[in-house]
Amino acid sequence: MNEFVGRLEERAENRITTKRARFVAIEALGPLTILAGVVWAIAQPYRLVFLRDTEKGLWDYLGQPPLLVVFVGLVFSLLIAPGLLEDMRRVENDDRKDDGTAS
Amino acid sequence: MEPRPEIAHWWFASIFLLLGLILLAEVIVGPTVFGRRPWRRYLWPATALASGVLLWLVAALSTFSMLHLIAHSIWAQAAMIAGAVELAVVRGLLRRPAWSLVTAGMLAVSGASFLVHEQNGWLFSRSAFLHHAIGWVLVAAALFPIGKAIRPRLAIWSTGFAVTVIVVAVLLYTDRDVAPIFGHLSEFAGESK
Repeated sequence: MNEFVGRLEERAENRITTKRARFVAIEALGPLTILAGVVWAIAQPYRLVFLRDTEKGLWDYLGQPPLLVVFVGLVFSLLIAPGLLEDMRRVENDDRKDDGTAS
Repeated sequence: MEPRPEIAHWWFASIFLLLGLILLAEVIVGPTVFGRRPWRRYLWPATALASGVLLWLVAALSTFSMLHLIAHSIWAQAAMIAGAVELAVVRGLLRRPAWSLVTAGMLAVSGASFLVHEQNGWLFSRSAFLHHAIGWVLVAAALFPIGKAIRPRLAIWSTGFAVTVIVVAVLLYTDRDVAPIFGHLSEFAGESK
């Protein structure tokens, strides 16, 4: 094995690592946001209407910041991330096919 | 009964947070993957345009003074212009990277609107602090589209823009109608709620 083949292998390995990191990052964004909302709710429970004794209206129930953060995390995890991951896999497969055709 | 301003701000914060996450995801996956579904490409321009329309409603229906009216109107106009230009860029009607300067102008004008219509100091109340903080964050964030106009291929500009949107969301989440900031609350601000 000469030095050129070694470099090519190293480059291919780096590319795979970067792709894996991207998959993990997209998968983690939603859960991390949900975790942030949960931690916030624990740190400042008075931000949740259910735990307050004061008079409450409909708007108070609809505007609870930690729960809104959790909701955003859920929306990203369930509606945005799956499509992005699917498209990443498709582009990866297309690239592989192109590489196969080229070689 | 109308929702309190702080509740409206928290809803806006949620929209900003989701938009920020999606913009961050665009940086992570790259423009090729992100552009495979057209609705994703149109999301940011459409949000800017829609927020401009909503801000006109705010200017018309919820304005407390002439200064607020002018600030909200300028802000609404800037958001609509930036949204329209970004839509044209996504459609391929405008191709030069220099069009990012319109977004830079929108951010600078929006930041200035925040700063101009807050007449109290930083530690007057939490609301005053947030006006100053969001204003300066937006003014500083104008550097990212300027950078994109000069060096369009560098990912740092898109990353900075996405992080800015998330930072604005966090600042909006901390809003309260009347509340102290770092232990300070002016006696003229009213009673803490």
